[in-house]
Amino acid sequence: MPCDQCREREAVIHLTQIVNEQVTTLHLCERCAAEKGVESPSGVVKTPLGSFLAAMGKNLPETVSAPRSSDTCGRCGGSLQDFRESGRLGCPECYRSFEVPLRDLLRRLHGSTHHVGERYADRAAPPEEARVETAELREQLRLAVETENFELAAELRDRLRVME
Amino acid sequence: MIDLSLLTDGGVGWLDASGPSSHLVLSTRIRLARNLAGRVFQGRNSETEREDILSVVERAARESVLLRQATKFRLDRLDRTDRQLLHERHLVSKELAGLDADGRVRSGASVLVQDRIGVMLNEEDHLRIQGLHSGFALEATYAEVDRLDSELGQRLAFAFHPEFGYLTSCPTNVGTGLRASVLIHLPGLVLTKEISKVLQGLAQVGLTFRGLYGEGSEVVGNFFQLSNQTTLGSSEHELLDHLGKMVRQVMDYEEQARQVLLRDAPAIIEDKVWRAYGLLRYARALSFEEAMNLLSGVRLGVGVNLIPDVAMYTLNKLLVYTQPAHLAVAEGVAPTEADLPIRRARFVRKVLESEVGRRG
Repeated sequence: MPCDQCREREAVIHLTQIVNEQVTTLHLCERCAAEKGVESPSGVVKTPLGSFLAAMGKNLPETVSAPRSSDTCGRCGGSLQDFRESGRLGCPECYRSFEVPLRDLLRRLHGSTHHVGERYADRAAPPEEARVETAELREQLRLAVETENFELAAELRDRLRVME
Repeated sequence: MIDLSLLTDGGVGWLDASGPSSHLVLSTRIRLARNLAGRVFQGRNSETEREDILSVVERAARESVLLRQATKFRLDRLDRTDRQLLHERHLVSKELAGLDADGRVRSGASVLVQDRIGVMLNEEDHLRIQGLHSGFALEATYAEVDRLDSELGQRLAFAFHPEFGYLTSCPTNVGTGLRASVLIHLPGLVLTKEISKVLQGLAQVGLTFRGLYGEGSEVVGNFFQLSNQTTLGSSEHELLDHLGKMVRQVMDYEEQARQVLLRDAPAIIEDKVWRAYGLLRYARALSFEEAMNLLSGVRLGVGVNLIPDVAMYTLNKLLVYTQPAHLAVAEGVAPTEADLPIRRARFVRKVLESEVGRRG
């Protein structure tokens, strides 16, 4: 959605005001919002995705070295940079390719990384594939414990639990 | 021109005000975002892939019970007025109808509709399974949508991750892929200036609000769409229970606000709602925003029994049928910018005359 003020940049701040008993919503980009004196923390909700995406670039070198997080997805060729720009992922495999930064994002967006709703009986993944993946996860878990990366270890353990 | 009479209820069954609490709640909408496994998401796919998705999903839909008789609309083969018409009836999103700022329709953009449910294809996700009911009906709407999801899920391979759940193009929808929205009319809370407090409270409990036409639309006529913000970490029923509880609370606040208004300022309120009725009944030109606000006033008057003999159904219908594409279709010729308010007022007068009778 374009900014209501400059009509050029993407609106990231959505300000609801009540003037003369009328509710109006103003959609502003960061720059125009700052010019209008609108600060994001005071009652104005900034999109969680926007702030995360902005922060994600800064963490890039760190996340690249983390396990299973390369800078492009092997399946669709999409990059973290593409995601930062569009807010959309390229394919289902991106969730594995960018797992570490995404996990962080999901926690911020939803307060959780675990789906607890209805489960889809996945007819597409053959049992062989699942077994290979479990083995890979076990190896990563062993490495995480060795390097005392306990947060990652806990996540990997949870994922293994889900799969087994 | 597309023929909406092909749809059993013209695609506007949700407007008939037959559902629970329909004096406050216009409609309940639930959608599930789904993608096909092993295929790139819409943002990166080609025209050929989108055509393929369309044919694969349509085949599955024709084998299902719930969409066997579905009417298909290919948005990419319709002119702008027709696309807008479908959007004004809440059958397709603004994005799918190509009514966003860039105004382009994506090839393969389609919708299958049968009664109160349907599926949008080649939207932000490959499939957006959706249901739309009259009034406040979260469980009934979900039951249908869930059934369609199972029916399609038996025939299609959905992208699903053991931990993250249903995978979606945007991580804001991952997990259940469920977004439930309740379209509610809150003039009492706006008039008593309590609305911002209520909306802030909703934000704190993980709910969000939008205008009449969903994402990015302005709040007009005191109509708010309340919906869940998160989709991951709670089950479908937990999400619906939470939204349902909060909506019931908002409905209580709204009823209380109306009582306060009637107690403290009965003459002002009575004048306000009848003035709104009078303007709708006799005005010769109405802007969209003015029409929405006046309809809101009359709706309040009907809700608190100040205005008799006007059906909620009539008011709901006017809300949708006074939008530009509907006005164009009603008279068979697209109105000019200058002509639009005149046509809108004429349409409103005609409907009120025939459906309300002479009073006052």
